[in-house]
Amino acid sequence: MYSKGKEKTWKFFVLLCGLLMIALPIAIGIFLAVKGNALFYQYHHTLGEFLFTTTWKLKDDLVGGGKGGAAVFIVGSLIVCGLALLIAVPFSLAAAIFMTEIAPKWGTKILRPAVEIFVGIPSVVYGWIGMTVLVPFLQNVFHLKTGRSVLAGGIVLAVMIFPSITTVAADAIRAVPVSARMAAYGLGATRWQVTHQIVMPAAQTSVLTGVILGLARAFGEALAVAMVIGKTPAFPKGIFGQTATMTTVIASRMAELMEGSEAKAGLWTIAFILYLISLFFIFLIHIIAAKGAKKNK
Amino acid sequence: MSEKKATSAKFYVHDLDLFYGSFQALKKINFQIAANRITALIGPSGCGKSTFLKTLNRMNDFVEGCKITGDVQLDGRDIYTSGMSEIELRQRVGMVFQQPNPFPKTIYDNVAYGPRIRGVHRKSELDEIVETSLREVGIWDEFKDRLNKSALGLSGGQQQRLCIARTIAVHPEVILMDEPTSALDPISTMKIEDLAVEMKEKYTIVIVTHNMQQANRISDTTAFFLLGELIESGPTQDIFLNPQNKKTEEYITGRFG
Amino acid sequence: MTEVKNEKKARVEVSQSLIRRARAVDNIWTVVFYLVALFFLLLLFAFAGYVIIKGFTGAKPEMFRFDRNGVGNYFFNTVYLVFLSLLISVPIGVMGGIYMAEYAKDNAFTKFLRIAIETLSSLPSIVVGLFGYLIFLVATKSQPNLLVGAICVAILSLPLMTTTTEDALRSLPPSYKLGSMGMGATLRQTIQSVLIPACVPRIITGVILAAGRGFGEAAALLYTTGSDTNIKWNPAAWVNPSLNPFNPLRRGGTLSLKIWTSFTASVGAEDVANLSSAILMIMVLSFSILAHYLEGRIKKKMGDTK
Repeated sequence: MYSKGKEKTWKFFVLLCGLLMIALPIAIGIFLAVKGNALFYQYHHTLGEFLFTTTWKLKDDLVGGGKGGAAVFIVGSLIVCGLALLIAVPFSLAAAIFMTEIAPKWGTKILRPAVEIFVGIPSVVYGWIGMTVLVPFLQNVFHLKTGRSVLAGGIVLAVMIFPSITTVAADAIRAVPVSARMAAYGLGATRWQVTHQIVMPAAQTSVLTGVILGLARAFGEALAVAMVIGKTPAFPKGIFGQTATMTTVIASRMAELMEGSEAKAGLWTIAFILYLISLFFIFLIHIIAAKGAKKNK
Repeated sequence: MSEKKATSAKFYVHDLDLFYGSFQALKKINFQIAANRITALIGPSGCGKSTFLKTLNRMNDFVEGCKITGDVQLDGRDIYTSGMSEIELRQRVGMVFQQPNPFPKTIYDNVAYGPRIRGVHRKSELDEIVETSLREVGIWDEFKDRLNKSALGLSGGQQQRLCIARTIAVHPEVILMDEPTSALDPISTMKIEDLAVEMKEKYTIVIVTHNMQQANRISDTTAFFLLGELIESGPTQDIFLNPQNKKTEEYITGRFG
Repeated sequence: MTEVKNEKKARVEVSQSLIRRARAVDNIWTVVFYLVALFFLLLLFAFAGYVIIKGFTGAKPEMFRFDRNGVGNYFFNTVYLVFLSLLISVPIGVMGGIYMAEYAKDNAFTKFLRIAIETLSSLPSIVVGLFGYLIFLVATKSQPNLLVGAICVAILSLPLMTTTTEDALRSLPPSYKLGSMGMGATLRQTIQSVLIPACVPRIITGVILAAGRGFGEAAALLYTTGSDTNIKWNPAAWVNPSLNPFNPLRRGGTLSLKIWTSFTASVGAEDVANLSSAILMIMVLSFSILAHYLEGRIKKKMGDTK
C-alpha cells in the first residue's frame, strides 16, 4: 500500500543510518581529541615534548608535573610495524602471484580460502601462540634471556597482516587485463618476465593499497603485540631487544590509572595519535589511487 | 634467391587436429603459408580460423584442455615436437591481437619491451629501434614528442598501430594478425591495411578477418574455414572470382556468415 | 644476400642462449612460488592443528563446566555478546548499505561518506573500545557491561555489513528493480519486497563473517565488558540481576579476554587459555568455512542463471 508517511519514515531511517557512518568516526575523533588535549592544556605539556622526548613518567594524580615523552612508543610502533612489513610483503606478493599467475585453479580452490581463514583468526590467539611457542623458540635458538622482543612482535604482526595484503594484492593482480599478459607472451616472454615486467608494474598501485591496509592493521593491533614484545619503555637494543608501542602501552596501563589523571590523559593523547594515523593511512591510499589513475591518462 | 624465397612455404601444416576437451575445433587441416605474402583466413564466427592462427605461435597453450595432433612446421621444423621452445617460436612469430592491447607503460617502453627481453639494453640501440619501428608503422611524427606518455591514453587506432610497432620491433619472421581492425574505425582500418601491404616486403603475414573486402584488398592467398575444416584455399583472386566450392561461394556472396 | 642470411642466423643463435637463461630464471621463480604457497598451507594447518590439539589435550573435564572454574560461561558470553552486536550492526549496516546503493547520489557528500566508512573500518579496535569506554561508561558513570562491548563490536562490524549489503544490491540485475518499479511500486516497496529478499544469501554470508570476527575481538572489550564473569544458571539466583546470564547490563568476560588475562595472570592459567584458544579457533574456522561455502554456492547459482 502506498502511503506518503511510510515512504518518508523509511527514507528518514535509511538516511539516518548513512549519516551514522559519518557521525561515528567523527565523534570518535572528537572525543579522543578532547580527552587527549588535557595533556597539553590541563597539564601543560608541549607537543614537542610529547613527540620528541623519551621519558614517559606521568603522574597518576590530578596535579601532574610528570614527564610526557612518547617518542619511545611512536618509534617502537614504527620499528615493529616496519619489521612486520619487511617480513610479510615478500611472502604476500609471492602467495598472490602464485594464486593468480602460477596455479590459478589450485590457488583459488585451496590457497585463497586458506588465506581468508587466516584473516579471521583472532589476534589474541596469535598473541597467545606467539607467547607460548614463538617466544620460547626464539629464546632457545638465539640464547636470549627472554624471547620477548621486537623480532617476536614483528613476526606475529607479519603473520597477522599477511592475509590482508595477500588478498588485496591477488585481486589487484587479477585485475590486470589478460590481454596485456597475452601481448607479452606473444612477444616470447617467459611467465616470470610477464609477471615482474608487465603484471606487477600494472598492479603496483593497488598492491600498494593492500600494503598500506596491512600496515594500518599492524599499527592498530594491540594485544598480540603486547603479549610478545615485553614492557620495557625504552628504545629497543636491536631486533632482540624489548620495547613498547603506542598500542601496548594503552593496553597494559589504561586500566590501572585514575580517571582524569595526568597519566591517563597521556594515554588518551596516544589513542588520538593512533586515530590520526588511521586517517593518514586512508588519506595516503586515496592519494596513491588518484596518482595511479592520473598516470594512466 | 628472392624468387625462391617468395614461393617457399614458411609454415607447413599437415593433418592438424585440435581439440578443446572433447570438442574438435580443427579437423585435418592441410595448408601451406608462403613467405613474404599476406595470407587471409576467412570464415564465419566459430569456424576455427582464429584457433588455427593461434596454433601457429602456440598461444593455444594458454587454453585449458587444448590438445593438438599433426604437424605444424616453421621452416621445416615442427613447432610442437622438435624441441623448439614456445619462447623461441613466439620470438620468431609475433602476434597482433583483435583488441589493441598496449602494456600499461609508456609508448617508448611498449616498443622497447621486446628488444629488452631479447637482451638489448643499450639506450642508443633501443632509441634507434623505437624510432625505426614507429616510423615503419607511420606514427613516429605523431608520437616522437610524447614517447614518455602512457600508451593507454591513445586512441584505438593509434594503440593498434603501436601494437604493430611493438611486434615488428623485434623483427619477427612472421606476423599473425587476429582481426586487427575489427575494433577500429574505417580510417584507422585503412591505415592498418596499407601498413600490412607495405610490411609484406619484410614479413610473412597471416591475417584473420571477418571483412571480406579487406581480405580481397590486401591478401595474396585466402583460406576459407567452416566448422573447423579448411574448405578451400588459393590465390585470393581465384577464391573471390571463381570459388570451386559451393560453400565458399555462398559465404563470399554473403548468403551466410 | 648470404651476408644478410648469416647475420639473421647469428641473431637467432644469440637469442637461444638468452632464452635458455630466461627459462632457467623462470623455473627458479616457479619453484619459489610453489614453496611459498606450500609453506603457508603448512603453516595454517600446523597453526590451527596445534591450537586445537594443544587446547583439548591439556584440558581437564571441569574446565568445560559452565561455572566459576570452567570456560563454559566465557563461551556463552562470547556468543551472547556477538549476538547482541549483530542485533545492532545488522539493521544499521543493511540500511546504510541500502542508502549507499539506492539513494546516495554521485556527489561530494557520498564521497565523504565512503571515506568515513573506510576510516571506520581501519580504526584500531582498541581505539573503538576506548571510545565505547569513554561515552558509555565514563560519561554515564556505569560499570563495564556486555552491552557496551556489543556496541563496540557492532561499530567495528558496521563497515563490513554496509559494504556487503551495498555490493549485494549493486550486483543484482537491473531488471529486478525495473520490473518492480514498472508495476507501480515505490522505491521503498521495491527495496523491501524485491531487492533485499534477493540479497539475503549474501547478507547472511556477511553476517557470518562479522560474527566470526566478533568472536575473537578482545582489544575493544578490554575496558568495556570486564574480563571476568560470575553468572549463575540457577534462576533462583537471578534476583541479583548481575548474575543473570541474559542480562546484557552485567559484566561478562569473553573467551578472548580469558586468553588475554592469562597473559598477565600467574602460572596455572595456561591450560584454560589453551582451551579457550582451541574453542575460539574452532568457532572462527567453522564460521569462516561456512561463509566461504555459502559464497561459493551464491557464485555458482549466479553463474547458472547466466
